[in-house]
Amino acid sequence: MNTHSDMQAGQDTALPGPTTSKTRLVVNGTERVLEVDNRTTLLDALREHLRLTGTKKGCDHGQCGACTCFVNGQRVNSCLSLAVMHDGDEITTIEGLGTPEDMDPLQAAFVAHDGFQCGYCTPGQICSAKATLEELRAGIPSHVTKDLLANPPLSPEEIKERMSGNICRCGAYANILEAVLDVAEAR
Amino acid sequence: MRAFSYEKVKNPAGAAARAAEVANAKFVAGGTNLLDLMKLEIETPLHLIDVNGLGLDRIEGTDDGGLRIGTLVRNTALAADERVKRDYPVLTRALMAGASGQLRNKATTGGNLLQRTRCPYFYDTAMACNKRKPGSGCAAQAPGAFSRQLGVVGVSEACIATHPSDMAVAMRALDAVVETVMPEGETRAIPLADFHLLPGHTPEVETALKPGELITAVTLPAPVGGHQSYTKVRDRSSYAFALVSVALIRQPDGSGAVALGGVAPKPWRNAAADKLLPEGAKAVMAELMKDARPTEQNRYKIKLAERTLASALNEAKG
Ligand SMILES: Cc1cc2nc3c(=O)[nH]c(=O)nc-3n(C[C@H](O)[C@H](O)[C@H](O)COP(=O)(O)OP(=O)(O)OC[C@H]3O[C@@H](n4cnc5c(N)ncnc54)[C@H](O)[C@@H]3O)c2cc1C
Ligand code: SF4
Ligand code: FES
Ligand code: FES
Repeated sequence: MNTHSDMQAGQDTALPGPTTSKTRLVVNGTERVLEVDNRTTLLDALREHLRLTGTKKGCDHGQCGACTCFVNGQRVNSCLSLAVMHDGDEITTIEGLGTPEDMDPLQAAFVAHDGFQCGYCTPGQICSAKATLEELRAGIPSHVTKDLLANPPLSPEEIKERMSGNICRCGAYANILEAVLDVAEAR
Repeated sequence: MRAFSYEKVKNPAGAAARAAEVANAKFVAGGTNLLDLMKLEIETPLHLIDVNGLGLDRIEGTDDGGLRIGTLVRNTALAADERVKRDYPVLTRALMAGASGQLRNKATTGGNLLQRTRCPYFYDTAMACNKRKPGSGCAAQAPGAFSRQLGVVGVSEACIATHPSDMAVAMRALDAVVETVMPEGETRAIPLADFHLLPGHTPEVETALKPGELITAVTLPAPVGGHQSYTKVRDRSSYAFALVSVALIRQPDGSGAVALGGVAPKPWRNAAADKLLPEGAKAVMAELMKDARPTEQNRYKIKLAERTLASALNEAKG
């Protein structure tokens, strides 16, 4: 391994191996085998290779949450992960949560509460909201949890903090919170 | 992003050996910092060694009553661990003050320690930056530069960047030790205090790690108890890096430990400042900031750090 300065100085273009790899993803329950350039992010694999365009690209740098999906049941930013790092993993995208005919309760609540304006951040918001409720139920603390040894409450403060990795340029936050609280209370 | 080849590795010593043997290779763990920097071509490895298959994802007790945290333990899992919440709450608090839920699910212990600075000129490849391109200058110290986020102490004429990790600040207050394996297979233990280096004339050299050396774990000594808190001050109340942060462990007799984030190239703590804790925030901060060289724009951090500590101490006293 060389230091950063070495890398800047001389670019050796002879790579020690191939620049593409085969990766097997289980996306929304279906196995998909892809041969991709190693540089392909999980986000680009979903959108450009598998044509699952529900997952959105906002910033491509982990800053906005539009690309949020589930890997083996946990929410992640798919823009900051490589497809080749997910060989064998189970991926769930917004398309896997529900369909227009059979919506997930959170999808229905976003519609009922007008939890969006342009809709671009919405798939990421809904995936994060689902994870937020699961993380709360699993007793995972957050920055605003007062007592680390008790179960965190299903409060607006907890939900807002846990949703802070999802930015909405339209500022639909008030209605997003209503939608998530609605589903939280119904449970 | 530049093209690169990719491999997965199965054992830690083998990973270190590969990294030493392949030119311009880098480990990738969560990828949340490295891939960000590769997209900007600030990092340009020719080969990625994926360490996610190494195991190293458990938190176990040590013989002396402490904890060994595998390098691949994710930030969420570490923060939510029952032993950490109960015995090292400053660490849970610091982890939960950093990044977002999505990022913490991917970010690893070792990757978090090795994340690179958020200096805006380091990120802007059109600007001079000694850390990114040694010898090119430091745009952050040019007249009128935007330096309000940058470091005030431990910095040099070559570089005034801060280390952005919250987790590392809590670990520093807890006297954590970084465990590694070298390409030849030997292991070593580096106190976190000695792990990150000050910039001096070589800001591109950031840690004590040797070429190819792999972090395997971070160990914490037996719990010290006391009142523990992590207070982070930032430009918005969530999902932002620290302007100033304070990790505090305060014992009932007034003794304890204090480490600062957001002000220096590494978590900032010293023994003399810890000894002054019973005398209050002013005395502690005078010691921690005694060699400060702030810019006009970031001078406020010195007062802000003192007030943040004063507030944390008040809360600790109940
Ligand atoms: C939008 C955003 C906001 C953020 N906010 C915060 C914040 O508020 N506070 C905070 O503390 N952090 C924050 N972060 C940073 C985040 O915590 C780091 O990106 C993360 O911890 C890095 O861990 P990783 O496993 O993803 O590292 P990677 O990106 O995989 O690796 C980082 C570096 O570590 C090296 N490496 C990884 N594992 C090893 C090993 N075992 N041995 C040797 N080298 C290794 C890699 O080669 C690479 O150089 C933020 C990040 C983003 C994108
Ligand atoms: S402060 Fe350091 S990282 Fe920022 S521009 Fe100067 S040399 Fe680069
Ligand atoms: S597109 Fe991934 S966080 Fe913005
Ligand atoms: S609804 Fe437009 S960005 Fe959120």
